[in-house]
Amino acid sequence: MKKEFKFLYFAPYLLWLLLFVIAPVALIFYYSFFNVNHQFTLNNYITFFTSGTYLTMTANSVWFAFLITAMTLLISYPMAYFITKLKYRNLWILLVILPTWINLLLKAYAFIGLFSHNGLVNQIFNFFGIPAQQLLFTNTSFILVAAYIQIPFMVLPIYNSLLEINPSLVQASKDLGATSWQTFKKIIIPLSIPGIKSGVQIVFIPSLSLFMLSRLIGGNKIITLGTAVEEHFLTTMNWGMGSTIGVVLIISMFIVTILTHTSKKRRVAK
Amino acid sequence: MNKPIVELKNVYKKFNDTTILNNINLKLEAGQFYTLLGPSGSGKTTILRTIAGFNDVTSGEVLFQGKKINSIPPHQRNMNTVFQNYALFPNMNVYENVAFGLRIHKVPEAEIKQRVQEVLHLVQLDNYGDREISELSGGQQQRVAIARAVINQPKVLLLDEPLSALDAKLRKDMQYQLRSLQQRLGITFLFVTHDQEEALAMSDVIFVMNDGKILQQGSPVDIYDEPINHFVAHFIGESNIIPGKMISDFHVEFLGHTFECSDAGIPANESVEVVIRPEDLVIVPVDQGKIKVKVSTQLFRGDYYEIIAFDQQDNEWLIHSTKPTIDDSIIGLTFEPDDMHIMRYNEDEHNFNQRLESYEE
Repeated sequence: MKKEFKFLYFAPYLLWLLLFVIAPVALIFYYSFFNVNHQFTLNNYITFFTSGTYLTMTANSVWFAFLITAMTLLISYPMAYFITKLKYRNLWILLVILPTWINLLLKAYAFIGLFSHNGLVNQIFNFFGIPAQQLLFTNTSFILVAAYIQIPFMVLPIYNSLLEINPSLVQASKDLGATSWQTFKKIIIPLSIPGIKSGVQIVFIPSLSLFMLSRLIGGNKIITLGTAVEEHFLTTMNWGMGSTIGVVLIISMFIVTILTHTSKKRRVAK
Repeated sequence: MNKPIVELKNVYKKFNDTTILNNINLKLEAGQFYTLLGPSGSGKTTILRTIAGFNDVTSGEVLFQGKKINSIPPHQRNMNTVFQNYALFPNMNVYENVAFGLRIHKVPEAEIKQRVQEVLHLVQLDNYGDREISELSGGQQQRVAIARAVINQPKVLLLDEPLSALDAKLRKDMQYQLRSLQQRLGITFLFVTHDQEEALAMSDVIFVMNDGKILQQGSPVDIYDEPINHFVAHFIGESNIIPGKMISDFHVEFLGHTFECSDAGIPANESVEVVIRPEDLVIVPVDQGKIKVKVSTQLFRGDYYEIIAFDQQDNEWLIHSTKPTIDDSIIGLTFEPDDMHIMRYNEDEHNFNQRLESYEE
């Protein structure tokens, strides 16, 4: 009886997992083996791995996801570090999280406003005598906006792992003769690696498929895997091919997770 | 007198309206084992952190070998600290933890290897270099922390309650090890503790602190035998403290009798406190006793019986005796003049020491 009771507690979660995680993933796998005429085929996979278009697209996606992740990390680490030093750090971290409450599409349109030919940024440029630039629909603006959107997801885990570092370790390092920079390099960064890893995991995968941003901000110049999925499902109605790309994305997600996951024991002693 | 290696002059530390350190003056000489002893919140750790460089002082001077070091950051001070929770770096193994200070100072690899081996040998952890910190017991972590701190060959080693996390037996063992380590290295140790037993066992000089002030400094024997006031007498060891009145030099009155004592220099008729340590009281038959007390309870402590008794005026008496006595019986207690120590109310350390010197040979 006790066991049944326990199961009742799990039931909602199991149901949730089944309906919203397992079933969709299973469906994607299933669809990836069918062509447009609902016939079983492996051609989707063959097309994917033999056509130059899809492989370039994959390379593009990975490259841009890497750039976005690197950019996000570069901005987020110092940000998280300085927030831990602030007096009202809980308020500051709330301000970092705040933009995530706003719809992605709204944020994208806000940037279109800012970056457009007569937008705020170009007006400021004009003020300093710089001629108006083509900002929108460039790779740079795409990476910048994507990084902006991902920053909270990178800052939070890093911030938490920095907070977990015992302040007496920093003192011990200084006590042994290390300058602040040496302490940062030898103690703080190595001890915040877990936070960096989770941040990279959270940011890299979604960055592979930011179709909305690559279209609205990047001007659809770079076709990423995300854009391809969208096109296949909504425009060409080739659900099989779209699912195949989805499967590839899911598998690469697993690969990234495994790569960034290291056992505690493994550490190189120099 | 040797030139002090560390000196604090009129040091005050205030935080908002609370005074954490109140006019601290102390001198540490080379090669001695010093202990800052006091209850928690007495400011002892603040003094340690001030010397290490982690705290600013509100006013006063911190001197190292005669030079003012108030504004020198911790990493440029020739002192190292053993932290209360050891603060070992979890991202490094034992070897790397110990080698940290040398790597920072760009010591050649071969020399690092040799010196790490030496200090690991010193703390009896010879083959532990490859171990992870999480694989060590509390006592081993403690010794790694000491090894890491002494490898830089500091002039002064600061120890912040390093034994408080260890169990009783290990703590006793570490007291011997720390003392012998200090004697072998010949460097100054400044040890912070709230445990009077630790302080008495290891120190050359003890500073007893309370409420941000140093109440008394001296050798363990001096402080135990001649505490300056009620607080020190109570905090260091166990004691019976009875109000009394000074009759004349070497005579004190309490419980309606006049006793011969070994203290002098106190004006006649001044109210004083008399301290008698429980182990100095000897149980005798009632008619031979200097005072009579009624036994209330007794506890067997292993190597002695702890007896609590009350006199006619309801003062509590604590007696350590190797033999048991009978509950509720009236017993006599006797003691020698030397066993008594007379304390004046509100006497400062300077006057106390001068008075003691005036009649002690």
